[in-house]
Order: sequence, then C-alpha cells, then structure tokens
Amino acid sequence: MSNYDSAKVAKIHHHLHSHLPSEPALRVKALESLLVEKGLVNSQTIDAWVEAYSEEIGPKRGARVVAKAWTDPAFKARLMDDGTAAIDELDFVGNATAHLKAVENTGSVHNLVVCTLCSCYPFALLGVAPNWYKTAAYRSRAVRDPRGVLQEFGVNIADDIEVRVWDNTAELRYLVVPQRPAGTEGLDEEALTGLVTRNAMIGTDRKFSATATGTS
Amino acid sequence: MSPSETDALKPLKKMDAEPVFEELWQAQVLAIADAMVNAGTFKAAAWSKTLGRELKAAEAAGADDTAQTYYKAALRALEGLLAQSDAVPFATLEARREAWKQAYLATPHGSPVDLANAVSRAD
Repeated sequence: MSNYDSAKVAKIHHHLHSHLPSEPALRVKALESLLVEKGLVNSQTIDAWVEAYSEEIGPKRGARVVAKAWTDPAFKARLMDDGTAAIDELDFVGNATAHLKAVENTGSVHNLVVCTLCSCYPFALLGVAPNWYKTAAYRSRAVRDPRGVLQEFGVNIADDIEVRVWDNTAELRYLVVPQRPAGTEGLDEEALTGLVTRNAMIGTDRKFSATATGTS
Repeated sequence: MSPSETDALKPLKKMDAEPVFEELWQAQVLAIADAMVNAGTFKAAAWSKTLGRELKAAEAAGADDTAQTYYKAALRALEGLLAQSDAVPFATLEARREAWKQAYLATPHGSPVDLANAVSRAD
C-alpha cells in the first residue's frame, strides 16, 4: 500500500470511529434497546426522565417543602411527624423519596445527610445528587469527620452545636429542614422557596443569605 | 486531621458546581435503574446493595474518586442486576453491544444509526 493510501485509510478509519460512542454509551444503548424490545422500558419514559432530571426538577420541590414548613406551622408539624405523608400533600412522593424523614436544624443541632453505602438520595425532592455526594471521600468522611467535611464547604460549626449524621438507605431518606434565615419575616412561601439551597437540605450549608436565589 | 487529609477534602467543594451529568449515558443509567425499580424488575434495596458493592470494588481497584467512576459502577450494577433477573443475560447484552458498534461503523456520517445497518447482526 502506498503512503498516500495509508493516509487515506487512516483518515477514513478516524472518520468512522470519531462518531462511534464511548464504550459505556454503547453498552447503555444496547441495554436500553433490549429492554424496550422486551417491553420493560419505554424510550419516551427514559427520555422524559433524563430531560426532567437534567434541567427541570433540581432541588425546587425540596425547597418548597422547607419554605412551606417555615410559613405553615401545622404543615411543619405534619412534616416532622411523617415526612412521606406531608410531601404527599404536595404530590411529591415518587422517584426515590422512599420513606422520608425530615430532620430540623436548630440553634444547638446541625444535621448532615450521607449515604455511606452508595448514593441513596431523595431525588424526587432534590434532583440528582451532586457529584461530591457520590464520592468515596464524602461517603466515608461525613461519618468519620463531619465537622471537617462541613469546614470544607465553608460551614464552621461551633463546638457547642451537636452535629447529627444521618445515613440514607434504599428504604429511608432524610431531608434537612434548615433554620429560616433572619430578616425574612416579610417574605411569602414563594420568595422563601427561592432562598433554600440544595446543600442546606443535605446539610453542607447552614446559614444562607436572606436575599440569595438558592434553587436556581 | 492531618494536612494531607485536609488536602484530600478540597475536591469535594470544587465538585459543587459540576453538572450532575457529564454525558447522556450517565443520565440514562439512572433513568433505566429508576424505571426498573418502579417496574419491580429489581428492588430499590437490591440496587443500593449492588451499587455499593460496585463502588467498593472500584475504590479497591484504585479508580479515581470521580463522577465517571461512579457512573461506570452504576452501569455495572445495572448490567449485573438485569443479568441476575434474566431480563438481559450478559451474552445477549454483549451481542447487542457488538451489533450497535457495527451499525455505527457502517453508517455514514449524517445518516441515522440503525441496527439494520450493522454489517452482521450478532444476535
């Protein structure tokens, strides 16, 4: 084969392979197509899930639950008593909320949520878990050294505040109800929803601004 | 905490602003797993246990503590559970993966990739 032909073949080879999906992408494509043929999944359902969780859902639902708890004492009482039933009132049950338990931050308690085994997370409320939540570093250190992890996120917890660490499982998942920021007395539920950050509901944020737009 | 442990924590905060999905297949893995749990093909507890085992194996093998490692472990967990429940045996999956690969290689740029374009259907 001449040099010219070698170059041409290499170019064609590159051209062909440049649009070949990565190995994991190929495997997922293979899995999905087989599951669709077996009637176990529907392509539209998968596409809709991906679209919703990539862009739409995020932590907005969880933020609304928190804001409602801040403004409606009766709802807060129901949320603390039975989280699953309370979020059902807002039609948020589903997609891995499992049994939901709300845990409240106070002046003397700070709550932090982790899944030490894998990445269990109430994603119907909070969207897909952030990447750090899924790391081995967070999963192990959140239990061993929660104050150190919180410092890494810029949250310094005074020695007289107790840090409680909750381990999410497939059956039971936690939602941190942060303290309502000072200076927000005049805000309604919708405005308050915009203040609550995703990390505050996991516990890696504690004092957030009364003017921030947390869930965007 | 030693200085080296402090350093090891730094990437956590840095990951805070990362998009949750770097590639489409990562989202599809979670979407399929969720659909399988909802359909009762496997239980949420089995998913959690299997994913935990795959993450531990990746860590033991020295894989980087990144989103890519996490999603690859999630894909292995999904494949394993689907094979175990006989929904998708490994051999069937391998044959279909190869068929898709051949279809991509045989399809000119700009044309929709279809399994019918595979040079030879492996399944």
